[in-house]
Amino acid sequence: MGKVAKKRSLADKVRKTKTSSEIKNNPFEVKINRKKFEVLGRKTKHDVGLPGVSRSKANTKRKETLLKEYKQKNKCSKFIDRRFGEYDTNMAPEDKILQRFAMERQRGHDKKDMFNLNEEEELTHYGQSLAEIEKFNDLANSDDESEEKGLLSAELTASHFGGGGGLLRRKASGDQHEDEGGHRAKSRQELIEELIQKSKQEKRQRQVQREEAQELTEKLDQDWKSIQALMVKKTPRAEQADEPEEKPKLDKYDMMVRELGFEMKAQPSERMKTPEELAREAREKLQTLEADRLRRMMGQEVGDSVQRQSHLSADDLNDGFILDKDDQKTLAYEDGKWNIGEETGEDGDEDAEEGESGEEDESEAEEQDEDGDEEAEEEGEEEGGSSEEEEEDGHSDLDSEQESEDEGRQQQEDEETSAEVEKSLSKEEVKAQQEAAKAELPYTFTAPEKYSDLKDLLYGHTPDNQRLIVARTQKCNHPSLAVGNKLKLQKMFGFLLEYIGELATRSPPELTAINKLIPELYALCQMFPDVACKALQSLLGDAAHGLEEVLEVKGHVAFPALDMLIYLKVTALLFPTSDFRHPATTPALLYISQALTKCPVRSLKDITTGLVLCCLAVEYVSFSKRFLPELINFLAGTLHLAVQDKTSLGYAVVPPFRTSGRNGDLLVLSDAESCKNWSKKELPLSATHHLELQTDLDRDQHRLMCLSTCLDLVKRCCLLYKDLMSFPQIFQPIRTLLSKYLQVQTLPEPLQELHSTILEVISAAPVTNTPLVFEKKKPIPLKLLTPKIVEVLDYGKKRGSTKDEREKERLNHKYKKEFKGALREIRKDSRFLAREKLNEVMNRDSERKRKVKELFGSLATQEGEWKALKRRKNRR
Amino acid sequence: MAPAKKRNVSSAKTTGQSVKTAKLDLDSKVERILESRKHANDVFDILEVLESEKEKDVNTAVSACSKLFCTLLERKDLFIGKLPGEEEAVSGGSGPGEKYSIFMRHRYNSCVEMLLDHLSHEAHSVKESALCCLMKFAAGEGLHPLEDLDWSEHYSFPRELIQTVVDRLLSKTTDNTLVLSRFQEFLEMEDVRFYAMSSIRDSAGKVMDKNQGAVMPIYQNNVFTLISNISMPSQESELTNFMVKQEAKHEDWKAAKLNEHKRVFERMWLGFLKYRLPSSMYKKVLVILHDSILPHMSKPTLMIDFLTAAYEVGGAISLLALNGLFVLIHQHNLDYPDFYKKLYNLLEPSIFHVKYKARFFHLANIFLSSSHLPVYLVAAFAKRLARLALTAPPAALLIVLPFIYNLIRRHPSCRVLIHKPSTEDEPLEDPYLMDEEDPAQCCALESSLWEVKTLQKHYHPDVAKAAMLINKPLSEQEEDISEVLELTVFELMERDLKQTQTKTIPLEFETASQLLQGGGNVLGQHFCLN
Repeated sequence: MGKVAKKRSLADKVRKTKTSSEIKNNPFEVKINRKKFEVLGRKTKHDVGLPGVSRSKANTKRKETLLKEYKQKNKCSKFIDRRFGEYDTNMAPEDKILQRFAMERQRGHDKKDMFNLNEEEELTHYGQSLAEIEKFNDLANSDDESEEKGLLSAELTASHFGGGGGLLRRKASGDQHEDEGGHRAKSRQELIEELIQKSKQEKRQRQVQREEAQELTEKLDQDWKSIQALMVKKTPRAEQADEPEEKPKLDKYDMMVRELGFEMKAQPSERMKTPEELAREAREKLQTLEADRLRRMMGQEVGDSVQRQSHLSADDLNDGFILDKDDQKTLAYEDGKWNIGEETGEDGDEDAEEGESGEEDESEAEEQDEDGDEEAEEEGEEEGGSSEEEEEDGHSDLDSEQESEDEGRQQQEDEETSAEVEKSLSKEEVKAQQEAAKAELPYTFTAPEKYSDLKDLLYGHTPDNQRLIVARTQKCNHPSLAVGNKLKLQKMFGFLLEYIGELATRSPPELTAINKLIPELYALCQMFPDVACKALQSLLGDAAHGLEEVLEVKGHVAFPALDMLIYLKVTALLFPTSDFRHPATTPALLYISQALTKCPVRSLKDITTGLVLCCLAVEYVSFSKRFLPELINFLAGTLHLAVQDKTSLGYAVVPPFRTSGRNGDLLVLSDAESCKNWSKKELPLSATHHLELQTDLDRDQHRLMCLSTCLDLVKRCCLLYKDLMSFPQIFQPIRTLLSKYLQVQTLPEPLQELHSTILEVISAAPVTNTPLVFEKKKPIPLKLLTPKIVEVLDYGKKRGSTKDEREKERLNHKYKKEFKGALREIRKDSRFLAREKLNEVMNRDSERKRKVKELFGSLATQEGEWKALKRRKNRR
Repeated sequence: MAPAKKRNVSSAKTTGQSVKTAKLDLDSKVERILESRKHANDVFDILEVLESEKEKDVNTAVSACSKLFCTLLERKDLFIGKLPGEEEAVSGGSGPGEKYSIFMRHRYNSCVEMLLDHLSHEAHSVKESALCCLMKFAAGEGLHPLEDLDWSEHYSFPRELIQTVVDRLLSKTTDNTLVLSRFQEFLEMEDVRFYAMSSIRDSAGKVMDKNQGAVMPIYQNNVFTLISNISMPSQESELTNFMVKQEAKHEDWKAAKLNEHKRVFERMWLGFLKYRLPSSMYKKVLVILHDSILPHMSKPTLMIDFLTAAYEVGGAISLLALNGLFVLIHQHNLDYPDFYKKLYNLLEPSIFHVKYKARFFHLANIFLSSSHLPVYLVAAFAKRLARLALTAPPAALLIVLPFIYNLIRRHPSCRVLIHKPSTEDEPLEDPYLMDEEDPAQCCALESSLWEVKTLQKHYHPDVAKAAMLINKPLSEQEEDISEVLELTVFELMERDLKQTQTKTIPLEFETASQLLQGGGNVLGQHFCLN
C-alpha cells in the first residue's frame, strides 16, 4: 500500500505541475461516458470526466479537513487568538483595526517617546514614511524606480547582493587580521562612505535632471494645449496632406481653424424651428388629440390619455406647472453672437435708461408686458385656438411666476417681451396708458376665500378688467408659488362658476362679462380638471334633482333659466362632448334631454329657451353624430306650433307638446303681412331670461326668427342623422308636417328655401335597409390533434399532475439525489480514514521492525564481538 | 222661559268680556247644571256661546257641550222615545223629571243641529272639535239609545246621527279633506265604518241623482277622499273594534260580519262609480282600483263594466284600466275579446312620457309573458315598441330595450327580427305598417329592428350599450326589467355623477375663448350675447 500511496502522491505532484489543458488533452486522464443514443436538445454535463483530477482534489480536500480533524482527535489543547476584540462580534472590523492600532501606538509610545516633545511621529504607508513619499511626484517616483531598477552597476549589485558577501568576506578577512591595526578597518568604512556619497550625488544629479525635464514637458504641454484645438477634429492623414501647403498662409488658416474648432466645441443648441415645422407639430399634436377623442367617442378605454404629459419627473408636483426647455436659456448663437452677451448688453442699456425714471418705468414695463401678453393671446385666438397658443399661455404663466419670484429678472424679461410694443407706441401714449392703468388695477391680488370676496373683487369693473383681475389672481397664486395656492385656485373655480351664474341671472344678464371670463375658466379647468368636473357635476346634479322634485310636486316644470343654459354651454366648452361616457358632459346631455321632454311650452320665451337648448344639444352631438330623440321631438313640436290648421293631423306629436290645446298656436303668425319686412337676425340670449314684445309685429318677427332657427336646426339634424338606419322613420313626422301642414307660402323667402332643402335632404336619404344579421362570429375551430406542448422541467418524471404534486416530486427527487451523494461521501471519508489509519499502523510497524532489526543487529554485533573476544581469548 | 232669556242676555255680556273667564264660566256652568236641575236654564248660555263668531269661544263651548250632554246621556236624563213638542211638554201634565228630560232632550237636539252646522264652518279647528263632539254623542247614543225600540228586533246604533254627519261632511261646495281625514279615524271602528259606508252610498245616490249625473268635482272629490281611504279588514277575526257593543246577538249583527261589510263596500263603490267622473278622478280611482277596491269586493266581476268602459277611453286611462282588467282576467276568469289588439293600439309615443309607464310596462310584461301567444303578435309588439323607442327619453329606452329583448327571448321564432340571414343581400324598405291597427296585418315579421340598430348611436352610453346587444345572439337568460321600471332621469344621471373616478378626466383640447364658440358654432349662429 505504501507503494501505491507513493505512486499516487507522485501522480498528484505531476498533475499539479501540469496545466489543466494538458490534463484535458491527455487521453489517459480523460474518461468518456459513452452515450447509448443522442437526445436532441439535452445538455449533458457528465459526458467527459477527469477521474484522476477529481480524485486528487477530493484527496487533498480530505487531507486538509478530515485528516486534520482526525489528528486533532482526543487532543484538548487549543489555539486561542488573543488579539483585541477577536471574538467580539459586535464590533465592526474597522473599529477592531482602529482599536488595535491605537493600542499598538500606545504601547510604543509609553516606552520611548515619553519625553519626546517636538518630534512628531512618523506616518507610514506600507512601512514607508509618508513624508518621503509626498516629496516625490508619483510620476517622478515611478521614473525613479524604473531607473534605479534598470541600473545594475557591478558596484551596486555588489553592495546589495554580492556586496554583502564581499563585505562579509572582507570582514572575515578583517577579523582574521584584526590585530594588524585600524587601517584596514578605516578603509572599509571609508569605502562605505564613499559609496554612499557617490550614490547620493548621483541621486541629486538625477533629480535635477528630472526637474528640468519636467519643466520642459510642462512647457511643452502648455504649448500643445494652445494648439490642441487645431488638431482635435483633424484626421491625421488630412493634416499630413495639408501641412506643406498651409504653412505660407498661416494666419488665414489659423483663423479658420480656430473658428472651426470653436464650432466643433460648441454644444449643439436646439435648432430654431421653421414656421412650417411649427405648424406641422401643432397639427400632429392636434391629430393625436383628435385620435384620442375618437377613441373615447367609441367608448374604448384609453390606457393613458395623451393629454397627460408623457413624462412625469419625480419632482413634478402635478400642478400643471411645466418646466419647459424653452424656458431655460441655452447657450446659443444668435446672429453670430452669444445670446448671453446680447442679453446682458440689453440689460445694461435698460438699466441706463431706467436709472432716471425709476419706479415709474417699472410699472410701465409691467403694464406693457400685460399688453404684450394680451396681444399675443388675442392673436392666438384669431388663429382659431391652436395648441400653440396653449403653449404660449403656459409660457406667459411661467414668465409671470418668475416675475413674482425675482423682480429684477422680471423687469428684464418684461422689457424683452414688450420691446416691440414699446417701439410702436409713442411716449405720450405710453404715459397716458400708464396712468390709466395705475388708476385702475393693482397687479397682485389675493385669492378669494369666499364667494363674496370674489364678488367684491370684481365689483364695478368692466368685463375686460374683470378678466384681467381673474387672470392676475390666477397668476399671483399659481400652485407652484406657495403651498396653499392650489386649494385657493380650486376654490376660485367654483366661485367663478357661481359668479357666472349670478351674472346670467341679473337683469339684464351681463353676458359680455361671462364671455370675457370664459378663457380664465378654461385655463383653471385645464389646471384642475377634477375640481372643475366636480363643480359642474354638482351644479348639473342639483339642477336635475330640482327639476325632478318640482315635477313630482307640480307635474310640470318651467324651462331652465339662463344661468343653467350658460352652465351647459360652459360644460361643452370645458369638456369634450363627443366622449362615449364623460362624467360631466353625459349628465349635461341628460339634463338637456330632461328639460326638452318635461318642460311644457307656454310662451314665446319658452320656445326661445327650448331652441337654445336645441342648439346646445346639436352642438353636443355635432361631432359624435349621436342620436338625440328628444331633440327631434322638440323641433317637431315647435314646428307643430306653427301649423295653423290643427285638425286631422297625419303625424303624432310627443309630449311636452299636445296636438291641440292652450298655447297651441304660439308660432302661428298673427298677420301674414309681417313677414314682408322680415330679415334674419340673431336672437339675443337674454330673450330666454326676459322677453318683452309689445306689438303684434314684434311678436311676429320673433316668431319668424324662432321658426327660422328651428328650421335651420332641423336641417342640421337631417344632415347629422343622414346615415342612421331609421332616418326616414325618425323624420317622418317632420316630413309630413312640413310638406302637408305648414303653410310655406306665407313665410318669407329664406324660410321657404330652408323648408325645401330640408324636404330634399329627407327625401334624398335611402329608404331601404338590409335585414339585420348578427355579427359574424369567429368560427369555432375544429379540435385538432396537434400535440399539446407542455414545458417539461424534469425528464422521466410523472407529468400532468398538479403544480404542488410536481413540486413535491421534484423535491423528493432532489432529496434522494442528495442522500445518495451524502452516503457516497461518507463512505469515501471512512475509506480515507481507514487508509490513513492503516498507513499509521504500517508506519508504526515498520518503525518497530527497523528498531528491532537495529537492536538485533547491535546485539548480533555485540554477540559477535563477544564471541570474537572469546575466540581470541581461547586462542590465546 | 222669560227668566232664561234674561239670563241669556247677561251671560252674553259676561262672555263678551273675556275668553278666559268665559271658559271658566262655561265649565262652572256645566258643573252647576249637572249639580242640580235648578240651573238647567244655564244651558241656553252655553248654546249661545256655541253660536258665537269667535273660534275660541266656539271651541270651548263645544267641549262644554260634549261634557254636559255626554254626562246627561249617561245619567239617562235625556228623554227617551218619541219626543213630544216642547210647548206640549210644558203644558202637558207630566212629572217635573220628565219635563226636565224633555227640555234637555230639546236642548240636546238643538245642540246637535248647531254642531252639524259647524261641520261646514270655515275654521278647521271648529270643524274638527264639532266632529269629535258629534262622534262622542254618537257613542253615547249607541250605549244609551234615545229611541225606545224593541231591543230584540233592532240593534242600537245612532244610524241617523251618522247619516247626517256623513251628509254634512260630504260637502258640495268646500273641500273637506282635512276633516275627512279626521273622520277616517272614527272609521277604524267597524260599526261606524259599516253604517258610514251605507250612508255614503245613500248620500252619493241622492246628490248625484239630484244633479242628473253631471260632474260635481268638489263633492266627488270629497267622496273619493273619504272612501278611498277606508281600510277594509281582510278577515272576520279582525272585526273587533266596535263603538257600540250589542249586548245581545252581537254575532248576528250585520256590522259584525265581514261579508256584509264587503257587500256594503261594494255597493258604495258601485254607487259612486255609477256616475260620470272627472278624468282626474277617473285616473285616481283606476290607480287604487286593483289594490284597495277589488280585493274587498264580494263580487269583483261587477267592476267589469266600469273597467271595460275605462279601457275603451284610450290614453292614460286605458293604461290604468289595464291593471284592474288584469286582476279580473287573472283571478276571475274574465274573457276579454281583442284584448291584445287593444293593448297593441295603446302603444303610442306618449306611453314613454306618462307617469304610469312603469306600471304599464310591468303589466305589459306580464301579459306578453305567455308562451302561447302567436308569433306575429309578439313581433308586432316588438316592432312597434322599437319604432316608438325612436321618440323615447333615455330612462324609458332602458326599459323598452330589455323588454323587446325579453320578447324575442321568450319567442325564439321572433329572432328573425334581429337576425334574418338571406341569400340575396338586397336592401328593402321597411315593410312594417305603423298605422295598421291590427297586429296581424302589420307585417312586423317581415321587418327587422333597424330602430334598435339606430339606437346604437344614441347619446346616452347605457342606452347605446343596451342597443349593442342585438349585434350578437341574445343570451338565454331573460333580463329583469323590474329594476329599471322606476328609474328616473336623475338616478340615471347619478350613475355618472357618483362614479368614483380614478382615471383622469378628459378635457377639451380646443381652447375656449368665447362663450358662443365651439361645437359647430350652432348657438353662435342663431343667438347673440346682448
